[in-house]
Amino acid sequence: MATTISNDQVLLTIPMRPDMELAAAQLASVIAESMSFSEEQIEEIQVALIESCINAFEHSQSPDRQVIIKYIMRTDGLEFEISDQGVGFSPENRTQRRTSKPDLHPEMRKRGWGLEIIHALMDSVDIMSGENGTTISMVKSKTV
Amino acid sequence: MANKLDIQIRAERQYAVLETAGYLNDALGEKLSKKALELIEKGYTQLVINLDKTALINSIGISILIEIIEALEEREGTLNFCGLSATQERTFRMMAIAKYAGIFPDEKTAIANF
Ligand SMILES: Nc1ncnc2c1ncn2[C@@H]1O[C@H](COP(=O)(O)OP(=O)(O)OP(=O)(O)O)[C@@H](O)[C@H]1O
Ligand SMILES: [Mg+2]
Repeated sequence: MATTISNDQVLLTIPMRPDMELAAAQLASVIAESMSFSEEQIEEIQVALIESCINAFEHSQSPDRQVIIKYIMRTDGLEFEISDQGVGFSPENRTQRRTSKPDLHPEMRKRGWGLEIIHALMDSVDIMSGENGTTISMVKSKTV
Repeated sequence: MANKLDIQIRAERQYAVLETAGYLNDALGEKLSKKALELIEKGYTQLVINLDKTALINSIGISILIEIIEALEEREGTLNFCGLSATQERTFRMMAIAKYAGIFPDEKTAIANF
């Protein structure tokens, strides 16, 4: 359930179950709309959130099978913190998940895009990861 | 909302259009891939994927789209996309998909450009 924890934050906990990333994306849409982000910016936010959530689902091996998403409404934009309590990873030398079939064209590889997409769509991205889990902080700035 | 998983197929003599509706994730992606591979088996080498009714796509869904592009390439076929949002198009370009598949604003243009 979403609970307001202060007058500028919303906290959501989702279980690592199919399509629950859409709950995170929908809530982001409601909040971003209330802050007058454009339709295109809202889609960018939703995609970045979806990729962060499914990364936690797919890769974190978190024993509690939960992802916590904090939405922080700032005067200059909207900030998100997506946290899992999984195994963590090193953003510099991450291993990409392979598909069964090899890539026909290396530049059009099939997997290993999520983090790149997040970086492309958000204005700042910060990854903190260790043996106690991973938190991705990202900001969508209000453009003037 | 956009989560009703659905695929419509319009198969003509020369080409076939697959139109998705809803969130393109692994589940809808697998469904789409199955239908596309069936069409390719039947001899179709010109496919359009219309994403107009798909507001959101995740990276796993995109990886399945790339598999369809590769399957068509093996038959010297062509895949044209249409109905992409600006963000989807930007992502497809970033992932080099635009180099190996066509991107068109609407279905008519996608069909006219094989
Ligand atoms: N929350 C996480 N916990 C543990 N490892 C992670 C987490 N997020 C990402 N990773 C690691 O970083 C790698 C790169 O993630 P990225 O999203 O870019 O690619 P992917 O998930 O492998 O493929 P794609 O996103 O294209 O479907 C993952 O394969 C995984 O090893
Ligand atoms: Mg990923």
